[in-house]
Amino acid sequence: MSDLTRLTISQARAKLRAKEITATEITEAYLLAIDRANPALNAYVAVTGDKARDMAKTSDARLLKGEGGALEGIPLGIKDLFGTEGVHTQACSHVLDGFKPRYESTVTSNLWADGAVMLGKLNMDEFAMGSSNETSYYGPVINPWRRSRVDTVVMPTTHQGDGGFVSAGGTKTQRSLDNAHLVPGGSSGGSATAVSAFLCAGATATDTGGSIRQPAAFTGTVGIKPTYGRCSRWGIVAFASSLDQAGPIARDVRDAAILLKSMASVDPKDTTSVDRPVPDYEAAIGKPIKGMKVGIPKEYRVDGMPEEIEALWQKGIAWLRDAGAQIVDISLPHTKYALPAYYIVAPAEASSNLARYDGVRYGLRMPGKDIVEMYEKTRDAGFGREVKRRIMIGTYVLSAGYYDAYYLQAQKVRNLIKRDFENVFAAGVDVILTPATPSAAFGIADEDMAADPVKMYLNDIFTVTVNMAGLPGIAVPAGLDPKGLPLGLQLIGRPFEEETLFQTAAVIEQAAGTFQPEKWW
Amino acid sequence: MSVDVKTVKRVAHLARIAVSEEDAERMTGELNAILGFVEQLNEVDVSGVEPMTSVTPMQMKKRGDVVTDGNKAADIVANAPATDENFFLVPKVVE
Repeated sequence: MSDLTRLTISQARAKLRAKEITATEITEAYLLAIDRANPALNAYVAVTGDKARDMAKTSDARLLKGEGGALEGIPLGIKDLFGTEGVHTQACSHVLDGFKPRYESTVTSNLWADGAVMLGKLNMDEFAMGSSNETSYYGPVINPWRRSRVDTVVMPTTHQGDGGFVSAGGTKTQRSLDNAHLVPGGSSGGSATAVSAFLCAGATATDTGGSIRQPAAFTGTVGIKPTYGRCSRWGIVAFASSLDQAGPIARDVRDAAILLKSMASVDPKDTTSVDRPVPDYEAAIGKPIKGMKVGIPKEYRVDGMPEEIEALWQKGIAWLRDAGAQIVDISLPHTKYALPAYYIVAPAEASSNLARYDGVRYGLRMPGKDIVEMYEKTRDAGFGREVKRRIMIGTYVLSAGYYDAYYLQAQKVRNLIKRDFENVFAAGVDVILTPATPSAAFGIADEDMAADPVKMYLNDIFTVTVNMAGLPGIAVPAGLDPKGLPLGLQLIGRPFEEETLFQTAAVIEQAAGTFQPEKWW
Repeated sequence: MSVDVKTVKRVAHLARIAVSEEDAERMTGELNAILGFVEQLNEVDVSGVEPMTSVTPMQMKKRGDVVTDGNKAADIVANAPATDENFFLVPKVVE
């Protein structure tokens, strides 16, 4: 039997419906793959084998009767940020020690209603704060991709007597993998690694400043952050409520479309859930983009951007032009202010959302001589450095005397960022093409980034504008850099026009192909 | 604007996070790096610009003022570190 973990969701769906394979078989294949790979990659923080087998059995019964849902029998990984009933849900933080919710998030409920199988909970940056998955209480996730180097090897001339082995000498080139561990990006690093390393067919993720798109770009996978309000936030651990959105990470564009269709819904339990029917995203794939207007924002050409990123961008432009799209230069003048505004708005909202972790209602409690000392010790012990840093920034910018200078100013700038996009869309631009990240994946424990938090924040420079404006954005793999690491392009669309993103991303995917890491784990 | 160690300690207390002297000093440097980075927002002309209150233009959804949920005290306290008969237990607050 061929390796079932290599099937895309659309391929597995066809085989399950045709009864060529069973949900139990594919689930067992994934559980075995996780068992073998997780010690090396650290993608899962909890594996729900028994639950997965039970769900697969139910799926098989439904499939046998021809009653399978849209995702019947498809094994998925779930980011630890999603509340899953009776199952480990800690946002990869120590402060939520032992937390097992008595409820299920709307997004995961939708997936299970469509027949998907849960394999387990995926590693992430603590409370989704990070761009490298190194802030997790459960340790960093390892990117299945490694740098490779091409060596020229001199072959000596050999002669071993009569009829023996003879080599004429000369040289040959060989590619070899470097041993250095790379980060998968963050915060959805576990989701990206699990999808890329064939440890789930697809995964849920969330994106507050780039947490779906940046890890997707670092691992050669497809990730979409839908429009704010498209997926319900109910039951997802809150980071920055005006920016957080759930979305999928998948192996190809079609799989991402299939997953988003099931994840998205109109939910009365989330007042920001938008009252619009969920379209059939998959139907957009393969539609021609002839005549579509693609905007190229000049502000995304930043100082110090590596040559290969610029080259990739140019390739993307050429592919879309060849497919009949009209390429236009555009300007989004407030782009450079998106990241600083984000680092006021997001920490401010986080400091408020994370006030609930007080050692009383759930999770960790450290003893103290009175209630205030108990709070302070619990939060000191329970939160990691990056989370504390952001709570501190948020508390400071919201404190008396500073609110106007920081928070109010940032929310005004945020309106200007949104207006930039509205202006180009009003001028007829259908979709915007940019690089997804300013670099390929970097090393674990990168010294520059550890020394300066702002350096780490710059990873989100191309993705954060989209969250600030509430727009949909997709990262799609577009090639490999000279060291053999995947690079992604980003497409940004009008609100609720995710179909345009799938349609255009499919054109890029068709031209660029798909990318799988060489297995070393 | 920048912060000093004293301000960092005050903010940490507001945020209910215990900080050691060493933590406070490290955080002072980190927070100043971030505050220095966000300083560039001051160069933006925001005259006449409203602060954003909602990223998607939509009416706040309303629902009927009826009880739709409840009677799950045991579920609510299920994850608490210390409880007694469906009450949360905390250190003594009032003398």
